[in-house]
Amino acid sequence: MPRIVVDVMPKPEILDPQGKAIVGALPRLGFTAFSAVRQGKRFELTVDGEVTEEILAQARNAAETLLSNPVIEDVVNVEVVEA
Amino acid sequence: MTELPLIGEAIAVAADAAGARRLAGAKIGVITFPGTLDDRDAARAVRLAGATPVELWHADTTLGDVDAVVIPGGFSYGDYLRAGAIARFAPLMSKIIDAANSDARLPVLGICNGFQILTESHLLPGSMVKNDHLKFMCRDQVLCVENNTTAWTRDYAAGQEITVPLKNQDGQYIADEKTLDALESEGRVVFRYVGFNPNGSRRDIAGISNPAGNVVGLMPHPEHAVEAGFGPEIGSGTEGLGFFTSVLNKIVGDNK
Repeated sequence: MPRIVVDVMPKPEILDPQGKAIVGALPRLGFTAFSAVRQGKRFELTVDGEVTEEILAQARNAAETLLSNPVIEDVVNVEVVEA
Repeated sequence: MTELPLIGEAIAVAADAAGARRLAGAKIGVITFPGTLDDRDAARAVRLAGATPVELWHADTTLGDVDAVVIPGGFSYGDYLRAGAIARFAPLMSKIIDAANSDARLPVLGICNGFQILTESHLLPGSMVKNDHLKFMCRDQVLCVENNTTAWTRDYAAGQEITVPLKNQDGQYIADEKTLDALESEGRVVFRYVGFNPNGSRRDIAGISNPAGNVVGLMPHPEHAVEAGFGPEIGSGTEGLGFFTSVLNKIVGDNK
């Protein structure tokens, strides 16, 4: 069954405390190549049947209204993934 | 059940039995979501102020005849997705949003998770993100009452410092600079942290209001500072009661 993947990231200008904690932990494990980390969210919406334009529009709408908060987050990707 | 004496300006109104009845005639709703923690304390604070608390359930489709609403703290829906994000779409929330924006300007107070729900509902601008130090923090917090003209702060003096408990993990208030400037210039920064910023909130902001002043949200917990011996050890321990007497005095005053 196809899934619609929605990726949400904290806005660039917003400090991401979780990402900051992760970037602090990486070098302690020997991962020294990374200067910054930002942590986002990935949602997978399963569709029973074909993904029509109407369903994709619904997913985009859901991404903007419920899955993300426009004050602090951006929807950076909405795409269909075939199972 | 024996009630403690009423505190605040309301005492004068309640000096006789008829006065007390008039206060008790004011109904203040306290909404409960799955995962709400502080609804009982909020209801008790309402009762100690002299009003009658009304239990509201998130799935209710009507607000009934309440004169004001408290959205208490806790972890509605386990803070899943974002704190307050799912609660914001509960059936009763749409009624509260309509009533808060209506000409009647229903007074609404959001405490902690309730504040998060109010920002998710766009009744208040900005948002809360994780504390800058990433830890849950619980402490007695000094606040400055910067605006004493809102429905929930009129019993305080402007600039008054009060101490109430603070307990949260996602308490860092953020908004863009333009929004922050607007909040400041319109006097909508209602509370600021004093002495110590416990979560990295922009401009030490602890609470804000909408333009009309009927909707107020803050991270600290006034409902935990309403009874001597059970509140913070700094100050009287009852410095949160003014929120509830404020709205009560407003309701009773408006209904005169």
